[in-house]
Amino acid sequence: MTADVSVPNDTPADPADIPVDALPSRGPLWKRLPVVRQLRTSVGLQRGMLVTGVVITAIFLVTAIFAPLIAPYGGSQLRSGSVAFGAQKAPSAAHLLGTTVGGYDVLSRVVWGTRTALLVMIAAVVLSIFLGIFLGLVSGYFGGWIDRVLVVVADAIYAFPSLLLAIVAAIVISKGQSSMWGGILAAAISITVVFVPQYFRVVRSEVVRVKAEAFVEAAKVIGTPPARIMVRHVLRNSVRTLPLIVTLNCSEAILTLAGLGFLGFGIEPSAAAEWGYDLNKALSDVTSGIWWTSVFPGVAIVLTVLGVTLVGESLNDLADPRLRTRRAAGRRGARAAVQSEVDVVEVDPLDAPPVADEDTSTGRTGSHDETTGGAR
Amino acid sequence: MSTTDVATAEPAADPAPAAGASRHRGGGLGRYLLVRFLLIFPTVLILVTVVFVLMRSTGDPITAALGGRLGPEQLKERIHAAGYDKPILVQYWHYVSGIAHGDFGTTITDHRPVTQVLTTFGSATLELAVYALVVAFLIGIPLGRIAAARRDKGPDAVLRVSAILAYATPVFFAGMVLKLVFAVWLNVLPVAGRATTRSILTMKTQGAGTGVYLIDAISTGDPAVVGDVLQHAVLPAVALGLLTAGVFLRLVRTNVIGTLQTGYVEAARSRGVSERRLLRTHAWRPALVPIITVIGLQVAMLLGGAVLTETTFEWKGLGFQLVQYLLARDFVAVQGMVALLAVIVAVTNFVVDVIAALVDPRIRY
Amino acid sequence: MSAQEPVIDVRDLKVTFATDAGDVAAVRGVSLHVDPGQVLAIVGESGSGKTVTARSILGLLPETALASGAVVLRRNDDAASSDVLSLSPSRLREVRGRDAAMVFQEPSTALNPVFPVGWQIAEGLRAHRRLTRAEAHREAVDVLRRVGIPDPEERAKHYPHQFSGGQKQRIVIAQALVLNPGLVIADEPTTALDVTVQAEILDLLRRLPEEFGTAIVLITHNMGVVADLADQVAVMYHGRIVEQADVRTLFSAPQHPYTRALLDAVPRVGGPRLRPARTAPVGETALTAAPSTGAPVVEARSLTITYPGRFRRPGFTAVDGVDLSIHAGEVLGLVGESGSGKTTIGRAIAGLTPVTGGELTVLGTQVRGIHERDFRAVRRRIGFVFQDPATSFNPLLTIAACVAEPLLVHGVAKDLDAARPRVDELLEAVQLPKAYGDRFPHELSGGQRQRASLARALALDPELLIADEPTSALDVSVQARVLDLFARLQEELGFACLFISHDLAVVDLLADRIAVLHHGKLVEQGTGAQVLGAPQDPYTQRLLASLPVPDPVEQAERREAWRALVTR
Repeated sequence: MTADVSVPNDTPADPADIPVDALPSRGPLWKRLPVVRQLRTSVGLQRGMLVTGVVITAIFLVTAIFAPLIAPYGGSQLRSGSVAFGAQKAPSAAHLLGTTVGGYDVLSRVVWGTRTALLVMIAAVVLSIFLGIFLGLVSGYFGGWIDRVLVVVADAIYAFPSLLLAIVAAIVISKGQSSMWGGILAAAISITVVFVPQYFRVVRSEVVRVKAEAFVEAAKVIGTPPARIMVRHVLRNSVRTLPLIVTLNCSEAILTLAGLGFLGFGIEPSAAAEWGYDLNKALSDVTSGIWWTSVFPGVAIVLTVLGVTLVGESLNDLADPRLRTRRAAGRRGARAAVQSEVDVVEVDPLDAPPVADEDTSTGRTGSHDETTGGAR
Repeated sequence: MSTTDVATAEPAADPAPAAGASRHRGGGLGRYLLVRFLLIFPTVLILVTVVFVLMRSTGDPITAALGGRLGPEQLKERIHAAGYDKPILVQYWHYVSGIAHGDFGTTITDHRPVTQVLTTFGSATLELAVYALVVAFLIGIPLGRIAAARRDKGPDAVLRVSAILAYATPVFFAGMVLKLVFAVWLNVLPVAGRATTRSILTMKTQGAGTGVYLIDAISTGDPAVVGDVLQHAVLPAVALGLLTAGVFLRLVRTNVIGTLQTGYVEAARSRGVSERRLLRTHAWRPALVPIITVIGLQVAMLLGGAVLTETTFEWKGLGFQLVQYLLARDFVAVQGMVALLAVIVAVTNFVVDVIAALVDPRIRY
Repeated sequence: MSAQEPVIDVRDLKVTFATDAGDVAAVRGVSLHVDPGQVLAIVGESGSGKTVTARSILGLLPETALASGAVVLRRNDDAASSDVLSLSPSRLREVRGRDAAMVFQEPSTALNPVFPVGWQIAEGLRAHRRLTRAEAHREAVDVLRRVGIPDPEERAKHYPHQFSGGQKQRIVIAQALVLNPGLVIADEPTTALDVTVQAEILDLLRRLPEEFGTAIVLITHNMGVVADLADQVAVMYHGRIVEQADVRTLFSAPQHPYTRALLDAVPRVGGPRLRPARTAPVGETALTAAPSTGAPVVEARSLTITYPGRFRRPGFTAVDGVDLSIHAGEVLGLVGESGSGKTTIGRAIAGLTPVTGGELTVLGTQVRGIHERDFRAVRRRIGFVFQDPATSFNPLLTIAACVAEPLLVHGVAKDLDAARPRVDELLEAVQLPKAYGDRFPHELSGGQRQRASLARALALDPELLIADEPTSALDVSVQARVLDLFARLQEELGFACLFISHDLAVVDLLADRIAVLHHGKLVEQGTGAQVLGAPQDPYTQRLLASLPVPDPVEQAERREAWRALVTR
């Protein structure tokens, strides 16, 4: 201990203080992918939720991809050979989950529905993410009156019931025609109208936060051109929370699609299988006690949204140091940690400054940042 | 370099007490509320414009609603009479100035002023929304506090998963399952509608005529009617309320966990204040400000949910009616109703800001 | 129980935390005790475990912590004592606030923003005693008066944001005192405060043992504060107490090498300088132009900077008619408390904040109203070192990429590979191993990052370096090394420098001339000897007198001088 007293404490900062996503690290690529990394660092309930979410989502994806192999019939098939399925047949060996009022096989509709949901989900997120990021970045970085106008517009749209907006957009876009791809695109674009303001708000607030950080100022002082600052310094640091928003928006997309379908503004049954539409048609069945036409597509929606949301929620918790669970100090580990003087990691979590809210941030505090730890 | 980016950068670099003082200088609450109030107008204008542009991009409303039923000549006549052959900007101006005077247009299919549609069906939606909010508050907020207090323990795990489940279940599916169980299998509650025909007749003849059935029913003085109205309300209120309760639960939990970790709660704990009181008072009040703000946004979501709930339960409110007009391609009606909803949303957000200001002394002073 | 028994007796305390990197021992066998009315200072740098030790006394450790040993706390009425670590939650609650209370570092986070301060004080009372609302309020007002809040009846109804930082800390102290505990634990009670406010809070704390009979455990990293307040001192290092002595012995004859290193690292006003003083012009008045040959590198004439107000409110004038100049090869120290406008001046010179009035010439270019495109050529001749090393590097780029950025932007090097030899050279110059270039910023310590920051600032061989509080986020021993490096590089490279700091002692180590700012106005300017040796302006005098020096004997005298100054 006496040997190194002249350089006390000059060891790297505690990585635990920084959100997991913030830290670039080394190791195989797959270990650094968003969900994989969280799987490795999470504990307890949070890990359970994440794992459950990942498993459900994986089942959903597999079903969507291999729908032709899994589904006994086609999504819009009404007869096998020349024999019609018949309407509202209770579950049986031929139709494991029964048939609908329109004479479709419920199981096949549910399985093919995963495809529709997945395609809409991907199309909606891809469409909205680029537009939202672009607008958010430009608006947040340059500020000025364009920024103010965009913020008011985004806030106004954000505050409005998203489903109503999606309905209006769906009518405009589809104009009554609804082939499979046309219907999927129409639904995706309607959902995009709702999502762009959300991405815009998130990216913009991140950009505004990052822009005020010292490293952006440092780039400005050097004389870095604005385009380079935006791409190299601001953008990459502003999209850290995106995996999280993407997952939450995926679930939102499925719910909106189902809502559109339920109200009759979605995709025609002959074009593609869609759960919301099936639920709409099942509405009158419920009154007469026919349960299989509604329960199965409904459960499919619930499970899909549940899976994706569980992943999103877990990512959210793990990214937010306030919500993240840490392992409790092990009763055995207490002594083990002190065994080697060299390897011991020094942390004084309480010497770190308290999480300051925006109007209490202090310019200078003495023992600010030198929380030590992470011996390398 | 723009001026705004300096204003955001400086306080972090050199936290001037004077800058802090400037925040409290000037009009304070009055000015804050005035700005918030004025914000209603651009919000409404933007939404109205978005809807106008979307709707008009499909063509004129007359053709959309009546095309195929009328001959080309008749259509042309109707279009001319309604002014839909004028330049789009003129039409836009007429529309916006009409709204400014409280004229939201007249429906094409049944020739009713949109404002009259609102007064006829608005009360039903209001009633449903209030029931759902009551359910959501009663369930979501206490459970959210429990989840925050028992964070990462068993109750929290159960509550969180329930909240996510509530979010993941589309309100119409929840409604259908509730119907199936309570109305069909157990047969203890009515399947759909707001009241039996008999009750509606009684209320029409003896009730107060407010359109809010619970008030009307009470004013008839007939307990059977009141019971009937309440029975009809249970399932829609629970379906829509549970969805909202899930959102409230997560909202309360996250914010209370946040304030439970602040320095001032730790400071109160260091002085021996009990955990129960820390949760109920010290952590609760500061958490309330963001909670109230988000609850304001939830009112909009509730209106979206009401459209689905009303369709599921044939609850003849604004949402139910809106879907009917949509299916009939009556875009004047749709446009008018959406504009009205925009006003409601904007005003709600203003009211929420006022409440938040009353809770938060940093805004109040 | 006799009065001689210690208020707090900590025996072999060990605390372990669970982190992502495994279990970590924060406190490794600490024993200490405090007698009634005594002040024990626990000194150490961040990560030494001093705060964890203090929090253990009230059982305020997070759930991830595991503590062993004994923390025996005496009741405030001397009736009994109890081991805090083994108390049940409800008994622990009774002990907190009654037997020992805590004063926190950051008064603005220790007060609940949505409740009146009087109510918050009453909460502590009502947690322990059955009192009516009115009785509790009366006691709260009483204690507010005793800690020096003027007009306490009225002020008790106010909310925290309506008080200044110093007043907030008084309220936090009042909260701690209201139950008359035998022990107050003060965790860095003045770290977040300006020097002049710190002096007032220290004065208040010093009265506690006499007026309230309270013992104090003082947690601090500031040796000046220790010298001012403490009776006993315990020096902590890596979770252990390496030395414990009474304050005079510790400062005059430190035993442990760490204590000696720590004391040596503390800068003192009028102490040995890191740079030889330049041939200072003799006899010139403070405000007239300066000595050296050629045009000054920076020249400000009645420089005014106003931030626009929002919603048409009046703007805020951060800098108000400042005249100053920096000559080639000269280090100008700019001193002031928070809100004095010192950072704003630095930012204006670097072109980060627009100048709204007066004139500012930087390297021969008039900055006021200049277009960014025209200023770019000037930028490559300016280097800037930011206050917080944690945030001044892009977390996603390696250190080498960050340091190479100026070279790439100004076309000196084509790509990172071409820039690498120069980057390595720069890293070597700031005493970082070349291999550190491949690390990410979070893999470096604060001191290392600040040295890398210096390397980046020097990449283009600037004629002017602006250093904005470059060491205020660092521990004192780390600070000493960074300052030392800074002085050597300035000597070697001969750049002119604007050195901004709140710390008079740090500025005194480096600066040729010192300028003192107060509320945006320049109140005094001159050589170190002039400004710090014989200050003319009353504000400078008060600033200087408020600064506690790391010497208990000298500080006792200075305290009297300070009292005389503030009561005058």
